[in-house]
Amino acid sequence: MQIYTPKPSQAPTQPLKKEDSFQDIQIQVKNLNFFYGPRLSLKNICIGIPSRCVVALIGPSGCGKSTLIRTFNRMNDLIPGTRMEGEILVEGANIYTKETDVVALRREVGMVFQKSTPFPKTIYENVAYGLRLIGISDKKVLNLIVEKCLRRAALWDEVKDHLNRSALSLSGGQQQRLCIARALAVEPKIILMDEPCSALDPIATSRIEELIDSLKSEYTIVVVTHNMQQAARVSDKTAFIMQGELVEFNTTSIFFTKPSNKVTEDYITGRFG
Amino acid sequence: MFKDKVIELKHQLIQDASLVEEMIAKSIKGLLDGKEEMLLEVMNTEEPKVNDYDRAIDELCVQLIAQYEPVARDLRMVIMMIKMNKDLERMADHAVNISESSLFLITHPVLGHYDDLKLMGENAVRMLKDGINAFVNEDVHLAMSVRERDNVVDDAGDKILKDLTELMRTKKDSIPRCLQLMRIAHNLERIADLSTNIAEEVIYIVEGRDVKHHPNVNP
Repeated sequence: MQIYTPKPSQAPTQPLKKEDSFQDIQIQVKNLNFFYGPRLSLKNICIGIPSRCVVALIGPSGCGKSTLIRTFNRMNDLIPGTRMEGEILVEGANIYTKETDVVALRREVGMVFQKSTPFPKTIYENVAYGLRLIGISDKKVLNLIVEKCLRRAALWDEVKDHLNRSALSLSGGQQQRLCIARALAVEPKIILMDEPCSALDPIATSRIEELIDSLKSEYTIVVVTHNMQQAARVSDKTAFIMQGELVEFNTTSIFFTKPSNKVTEDYITGRFG
Repeated sequence: MFKDKVIELKHQLIQDASLVEEMIAKSIKGLLDGKEEMLLEVMNTEEPKVNDYDRAIDELCVQLIAQYEPVARDLRMVIMMIKMNKDLERMADHAVNISESSLFLITHPVLGHYDDLKLMGENAVRMLKDGINAFVNEDVHLAMSVRERDNVVDDAGDKILKDLTELMRTKKDSIPRCLQLMRIAHNLERIADLSTNIAEEVIYIVEGRDVKHHPNVNP
């Protein structure tokens, strides 16, 4: 068993071809059981998340999809009374060992939440915050990275003239893109998004979806969403979770036209759920 | 909601198909019985009704997609109904072509070969009827049998073509009538092809399996 130690980020000069990237599993979940106290919340989950593709997790409320995504960067560790069984490998290394550097893990596996969570600081400082934490203080370097990340998050043109304004003055959609820029600043390889658009209007949602599409050539993205059409639009693969069990994990174009499981079919066509 | 609208859509499509069946049958019966009014009814009264169905069904399908964003089987159902609607509209046009040729033929001496055309017409109508029954009952086996019967109509068409070519060679004054008979045979062949399309669309709805252009597909 390997112990998780983050490897230097290697942003590819060219996006990999889809079929190539699908052969490369970046997150491997093996026989995962997850408990809230005595309650079994995830049951024997086995799933391989391919590198540099977008995976959508869908399912009814309370099915365990947010719990699952939060196991990928050990966010559930923060909840008292939880425990897990099984293994989760990120780039082949088990992330649930005593030796795992959880802070380093969360740098590699960034997260964006349902409600945007900007710090009560300037736009600039929000993006620079993580960089300062890892010891980058050179103003020129910071400026470069902040600009690059804001551009990458499709926010630069809107904020470049007032980087010193409070992040809280931005709209909801802009705040969410700022949070994505902040996550990108520390050069993650994987970005987890837990219902990133559920509090946004259709235009802001569309901006985030375009952003997800543009980011997938460089990052692996896992999105939890209640919006099935969003899953159909943005993801390459879709996983359906129901009562803590993985019912179907399939290529999105097949998932939404010819699902292989009757339960999936019933859920996505609104027969229940 | 969605379910009710799909039921309404299916209902309209079935009514449309019944009308088209009737048009095809009448276009042949009008020829065989020499009934001009029957042929004119197909051309002037019934074809415009099929066009109305065509527009109404298209609009309903677009509304369903816009309002309910169907997926999986529901999506397959709506998309295939759009295609079936188009198939039926084309069949109605073929029935009009047959009626036009029949109008010419009933004013000229009978040339024979009507039995072959009658058989082709009956088979084509049967294929359409069974294609629609397969759609209503989601019966893949019946849909498969419709596909298999396309060859029977094609063979009959080939035979008529061969016979009429020979007749035109030996009896020059029969050429105008032979050309009209060939036109009818060709239109019946197209009706059978479109019925086959409907059967294939039913298979796609029920099983998500695209069997188009694959002659050897098992049920």
